[in-house]
Amino acid sequence: MRKLAVVAAAALALAGCGTGSDPGGRALTVFAAASLTESFTALADRFEADHPGVDVRLNFAGSSALAQQLANDASADVFASADTANMEKVEALLAAPAVVFATNKLTIVTPPGNPAKITGLADLGREGVTAVVCAPQVPCGAAAEKAADTAGVTLRPASEEQDVKAVLTKVRAGEADAGLVYVSDAEAAGDGVTAVGFPEADKAVNDYPIAVLKSAPQADLAREFVDLVRGPAGRARLAEAGFGAP
Amino acid sequence: MSGLSARVRVARDRFTLDVAVEVAAGEVVAVLGPNGSGKSTLLGVLAGLLLPDQGRVAVDGRVLTDTATGVRLPPARRGVGLLAQDALLFPHLTALANVAFGPRAAGVRRGRADEVARHRLAEVGAAEFADRKPAALSGGQAQRVALARALAAEPGLLLLDEPFAALDVDATPVLRGVVRRVLAATGRTALLVTHDPLDALALADRVLVLADGRVVEDGPTRAVLSRPRTAFTARVAGLNLVSGTGDPAGLRTPDGTLVAAAAGPPGDPAVAVFRPADVAVYTSPAQGSPRNVFAAVVAALEPHGDTVRVRAAATPGGPAWVTGLAADLTPAAVADLALEPGTPVHLSVKAAAVAVHPAGTAAAG
Amino acid sequence: MSTRDRRVRTGLPVLLWVPAAVALALVVLPVIGLVARSDLSSLPARISSPGAVAALGLSLRTAALSTVLCLLLGGPLAVVLARSRVPGVRVLRAVVLLPLVLPPVVGGLALLYLLGRGGLLGSHLPGIRIPYTTAAVVIAQVFVAMPFLVVGLEGALRTAGERYEAVATTLGARPWTVFRRVTVPLVLPALGSGLVLSFARALGEFGATITFAGSLEGVTRTLPLQVYLLAETDVDGAVALSLLLVVVAVAVIAVARPRALRGQR
Repeated sequence: MRKLAVVAAAALALAGCGTGSDPGGRALTVFAAASLTESFTALADRFEADHPGVDVRLNFAGSSALAQQLANDASADVFASADTANMEKVEALLAAPAVVFATNKLTIVTPPGNPAKITGLADLGREGVTAVVCAPQVPCGAAAEKAADTAGVTLRPASEEQDVKAVLTKVRAGEADAGLVYVSDAEAAGDGVTAVGFPEADKAVNDYPIAVLKSAPQADLAREFVDLVRGPAGRARLAEAGFGAP
Repeated sequence: MSGLSARVRVARDRFTLDVAVEVAAGEVVAVLGPNGSGKSTLLGVLAGLLLPDQGRVAVDGRVLTDTATGVRLPPARRGVGLLAQDALLFPHLTALANVAFGPRAAGVRRGRADEVARHRLAEVGAAEFADRKPAALSGGQAQRVALARALAAEPGLLLLDEPFAALDVDATPVLRGVVRRVLAATGRTALLVTHDPLDALALADRVLVLADGRVVEDGPTRAVLSRPRTAFTARVAGLNLVSGTGDPAGLRTPDGTLVAAAAGPPGDPAVAVFRPADVAVYTSPAQGSPRNVFAAVVAALEPHGDTVRVRAAATPGGPAWVTGLAADLTPAAVADLALEPGTPVHLSVKAAAVAVHPAGTAAAG
Repeated sequence: MSTRDRRVRTGLPVLLWVPAAVALALVVLPVIGLVARSDLSSLPARISSPGAVAALGLSLRTAALSTVLCLLLGGPLAVVLARSRVPGVRVLRAVVLLPLVLPPVVGGLALLYLLGRGGLLGSHLPGIRIPYTTAAVVIAQVFVAMPFLVVGLEGALRTAGERYEAVATTLGARPWTVFRRVTVPLVLPALGSGLVLSFARALGEFGATITFAGSLEGVTRTLPLQVYLLAETDVDGAVALSLLLVVVAVAVIAVARPRALRGQR
């Protein structure tokens, strides 16, 4: 009987320590599009350094999946989406209208050294070129479609992937001659790919909005985080990652 | 040279099987022996499922196994059929298809194979089951079909491995008749392994008795079973056997007791054989003429149909060799005498009922 | 006229019904949730959209072909594993289970690194492109579904034993005849169940397909891939297609299972 009491007490104590945060510390939950992974991670570290006792919890996923989670009552403080369409889906949940904090444009990526000699968007419609893009239903795919329309090119992809990371994987593995991803993704991939810019990219720019949620448990912290992202430190970090100014 | 000619030597854990077996074409030979005597090993070698350490097996002049020349035909090419305790009819085929399996495996056209199968089924009296699946057949019916199936493959040698052991008591005599008739009618060479002397008596021309891997008796069935020369054979044949040395007055046992009987071969090892039905049991020393009275104690009572077989054991003051002897009594007699294990008794048998003949070459104990 | 079984059963512990009911609920309730969530009136329009029709057709064709391949390749493998006495067979048996424990995406990557342009085998096949083709879809499906067939069949073969085969050889049948006329008919029930499981697994395959074959309408975008894609923008569409997938799977199982079960006495 005594053993049982000891075990129960230990279990309760451990349950209390479950979150890993200091007792009395605060947690800030940020939902952000996957393309913001590197930049937002760095910004979160900085935020934690500036606000001792605060733990920033980042949830990176496709913008559409995040919007769905929020629509199904997931609890979050801040939402940063890869396009305005997905932010509009959760308009009713926002504390104040969303603000665009960055832009992203597309670039062509190829395996290192550009073995198939890709020079522009037209090459992705060429016979004999294995091109991989995002599906039109995801933000980067919608942008790709828009860019192709503007350029008057018919893309002939071998595959329409679910997300940008999948496109990158195939290009880096050499299983595709070219892919269409965001500049930020090309930056993140570094030497794993060779980036080839194309003029029509400027015509299909994605706006990245950010907003505080109405039901945010840490509304003040949320606003401060958004300020950080929109401020000089945020913009510098985002520019480094390849994002454009709003 | 027709029929089976086999010389087989196989070393097993507890003994070495070392036998020579000859079966003339069309002859049926029964192999008797206690468990562990090597019967299954012998069958395995003949069927091609086991390789002997040394040996040669030939059927109708065709060499199936020969360790000297390295010949070892696989079971499919040996022409040796098998009928086992378990009919093992293919469950997904009808009886007809089962029987036709052998011919069709040999390349016979379907129509002709079915004809052959029907003929074989008729031979064993199972024609009416042709279209039934094995699950719808009784044990006896299934064994008939299995026999027809084995024969339809036209084997040069048919092996029967305790074929009636799994059947119920009513089915066995009927099946025995079927097998005897068919074997005789088709002139098949066959080797039958069994525990039941009735099988041997009904089916076999000759009997071999195996003990510890060696043949200890070999002769015409009736002769071997009515004049057993080893304790096992006697037991199988349901007879009592006492061994000793021949004497003009009968048999002298090692401990000096005389078993009165017709004259035995003087000085030579001999056995005295008599039936349990001829043994009388008394609880007090007997009166009357029997010269053979031996003290014993009841070891067990075994029901045997309408009779009770009383098994004896040695008792201090009586001969040691009475252990294992049997006497058949009616249940009423057993009740009258109030026999139960441990009851001291006297066994008595008339001299005229005891036959003495020379012992077998192997240890007769 | 059937006879009712009048035997008194020795009794199933009533307590077992509790976890059993929870298990049933875990399987059935999510599907019910799907039905409840869906907009049944728009269902016909959604499932007859070109994308849906293309995906359904592709899924059925590839899953059927994959199942046949599972049989032609996995069947002999099962027989070899069950009957062969070669040393190391036990290790092989464990290896065959690998696709079952690998996450499907990892399986897809492995296939890509083997059969892709720069792959171990793929690099030696100039001019033949395997990823991004319907063939790749079939390969991915066979990869994940074959273990179901092999494991089920091998178990049945080992349980059945070799007695009937031994009898068949004494009747003069050569190994191929024994296999064809004795071994195969006796394991048909187990084969039936194995095939149904393989088909179902192939139909539902997602991770390996999208990683190895990619996703292109009519070529490689099977129904599960289409559902996942629609979930991005048109959740109702995704739900409609999910229901379609469930109906197809249930239909196949309902048609095939009773026959497979009846074979087992």
